[in-house]
Amino acid sequence: MFKVTIDNQSIEVEPGTTILQAARKIGGEIVPPAMCYHSELKNSGGKCRTCMVKVVQGSANDPRPIPKLVASCRTEVMDGMVVENITSPQVVDARKAVVEFLLLNHPLDCPVCDQAGECDLQNLSYEHGTNATRFEEEKRTYDKVDIGNLIQFHPNRCILCYRCIYAADQLTDNRVHGVLYRGEKSEISTFIHQAIENDFSGNIIDVCPVGALTDKTFRFKNRVWFLKPMDAHRNCPTCSGKVTLWYRGDEVYRVTGRKDVYGEVHDFICNECRFEKKNSNDWTIEGPRTVAPYSVINQNHYKKVVIPSVINPLKETME
Amino acid sequence: MERKIVLEHIDVEGIQHLDVYRQHGGYLSLKKALKSMTPDEVVTEVKTAGLRGRGGAGFPTGMKWSFIDKKSGNPRYLICNADESEPGTFKDRYLMQHIPHRLIEGMICAAYALGANKAYIYVRGEFKAVIGILNTAIKEAYAAGLLGKNILGSGFDLDLHVHSGAGAYICGEETALIESLEGKRGNPRLKPPFPAIKGLYQCPTVVNNVETLANIGWIVNNGGEEYAKIGIGRSTGTKLISACGNINKPGVYEIELGLPVHEFIYSNDYCGGIKGGKELKAVVPGGSSVPILPKELILKTIEGVDRLMSYESLSEGGFISGSMLGSGGFIVFDEDACIVRNTYNFSRFYHHESCGQCSPCREGTSWMESVLHRIENGQGKTKDIDLLVSIASKIEGNTICPLGDAASWPVAAAIRHFRHEFEFHVNHPELIKNIKHGNLEKLDVKN
Repeated sequence: MFKVTIDNQSIEVEPGTTILQAARKIGGEIVPPAMCYHSELKNSGGKCRTCMVKVVQGSANDPRPIPKLVASCRTEVMDGMVVENITSPQVVDARKAVVEFLLLNHPLDCPVCDQAGECDLQNLSYEHGTNATRFEEEKRTYDKVDIGNLIQFHPNRCILCYRCIYAADQLTDNRVHGVLYRGEKSEISTFIHQAIENDFSGNIIDVCPVGALTDKTFRFKNRVWFLKPMDAHRNCPTCSGKVTLWYRGDEVYRVTGRKDVYGEVHDFICNECRFEKKNSNDWTIEGPRTVAPYSVINQNHYKKVVIPSVINPLKETME
Repeated sequence: MERKIVLEHIDVEGIQHLDVYRQHGGYLSLKKALKSMTPDEVVTEVKTAGLRGRGGAGFPTGMKWSFIDKKSGNPRYLICNADESEPGTFKDRYLMQHIPHRLIEGMICAAYALGANKAYIYVRGEFKAVIGILNTAIKEAYAAGLLGKNILGSGFDLDLHVHSGAGAYICGEETALIESLEGKRGNPRLKPPFPAIKGLYQCPTVVNNVETLANIGWIVNNGGEEYAKIGIGRSTGTKLISACGNINKPGVYEIELGLPVHEFIYSNDYCGGIKGGKELKAVVPGGSSVPILPKELILKTIEGVDRLMSYESLSEGGFISGSMLGSGGFIVFDEDACIVRNTYNFSRFYHHESCGQCSPCREGTSWMESVLHRIENGQGKTKDIDLLVSIASKIEGNTICPLGDAASWPVAAAIRHFRHEFEFHVNHPELIKNIKHGNLEKLDVKN
């Protein structure tokens, strides 16, 4: 077992664990945010640079620091490694810079975006971003791409995390979409305009950290914070059948995979479960899904919250 | 006086053909290496020689070779990085075009040292003529038994392939090159693992620059110790410098490392002074990605010591008052050059060539370009100059590969040393709009 210290908290982890996974084991505010990394998708991560941390001691044997900040999602821990995340001003600064870069060309159309309320980029910019932009140029826009009847694609919102590509590559047989062009002009697209259609294509909606890929059958139907998430399952011949149903009143508005606290789905579901089974009778209800208390999804389901007396009320409520 | 190793016999007619090349001592190193030396001995010679990578970073070649994983039992690969695309650098093209066998000879020795039975030359796609020359040379080498099975009866096999790039600067980054060679999109990989452990097809791989490999033949022939005597300090050997810009004699020069910069610019053996008898203004000493230095700092270090053409001397003073030898693209600007326009030009290049994989580089390079475009066209504001410094500092060090650094260094250095020119651009928008060329600051003084 390797001992690793992150922001003065130590933990022992298996060799081969990444810094990010070790931090998640410790939990709390020292967990670096991650936009492009998805623990179920091989080779994902390293691209968005939000999870960068400072390694002040490489290992017990070789205590030299790593000169540059490293992507914690892809850097494996060494025995005796000492890592600084929120305790390093350099990391905090770099993260702020990355948020600024990610938002440069993002349309910020949250008021009309279906992802609003459960968007990783919203959370990231709320926690680490600034409240003004220094970007005066015109934002980059793309032509509309139609990728079929089930999934709505908004290329303008895309942050090029490559998650949907890894998902399509690793979950399905025929990947028809990828990244075209390069640099600032790169875009996710199909070549030449095709529909993304297969039994598991809907999962690219769940892995998308922003509102670039959304559910067409749920489009503009409701806001997520008006819905009540319930865990449910059914005997599905193609997938695990473990889903979250999103209710308003008695009506199921949409079906998604079960996202954990880091926004990752671990049981991928098939398109039949996601798009066609929108009736309570199809499902065995397990109970309400726990959503992080600070999420806006909880805002309309008032719970008894003890308001702490001073500063940092959120943190204490969470605990 | 030019000391020639890589470009030896370059003037001989027909040297690009095998028979002429062999008449002038070509491929002797092969006999020596394959018949009388073990692979490890070749690596040791290269280590003793102190040869450093000529592609830009200057990492010791022998050290790089010794990192290659020989235990895994996986096949090993040698790749020659001939994707020379840096603005200002054109030495590898010159070498491959005129004396291709020098590279092939070096590659066979290197492959023998590494135990690689497959080697690739990844050539920049635009070098159509070079690809033809290399293929002809390789065909000749195969016919003479210098490539293929059982080379010179030694039992060592080597296949050498030329692979053409498709027009991407980023594929000069070694892991992006490997991805591209595998037939994928040329996105750099995250390191570690380094190519010496997991490179081409996840097998141990060494990627070396053309000029680095072209030195190997000489080192095997004459020994590492002899090679280490050439040059100065830890900068051993010679270096090809491709000089361009406002000089009398642009071209590729092979210099002994340690030559004073002053001599290189003004001597008639080399650049031959500034064109039209004008004043020197600034120099980018190692290809577009290294920091630009003004006249005072390129000729002498901040301590007043003469600056030499060597890895150490050019980087003395860090980035505050120094630069880098880089890949040897020596770009000279005379007194009438506009640094802002030049910086904008470089920035446009990096924006165009960013792969778009990681966010700081993808978004930052385009942002820097637009801000510089504004300043260059008389729409800049004073705060834009600080904004540029800030963007550059936020890209640097935060990206997957060094392209982010390469994009931010020229901008940061230009503002560091020539801030007054940027301020002039911002403060005289009308003048800037009407006149597009030349040193406007100087023009204003005259009027």
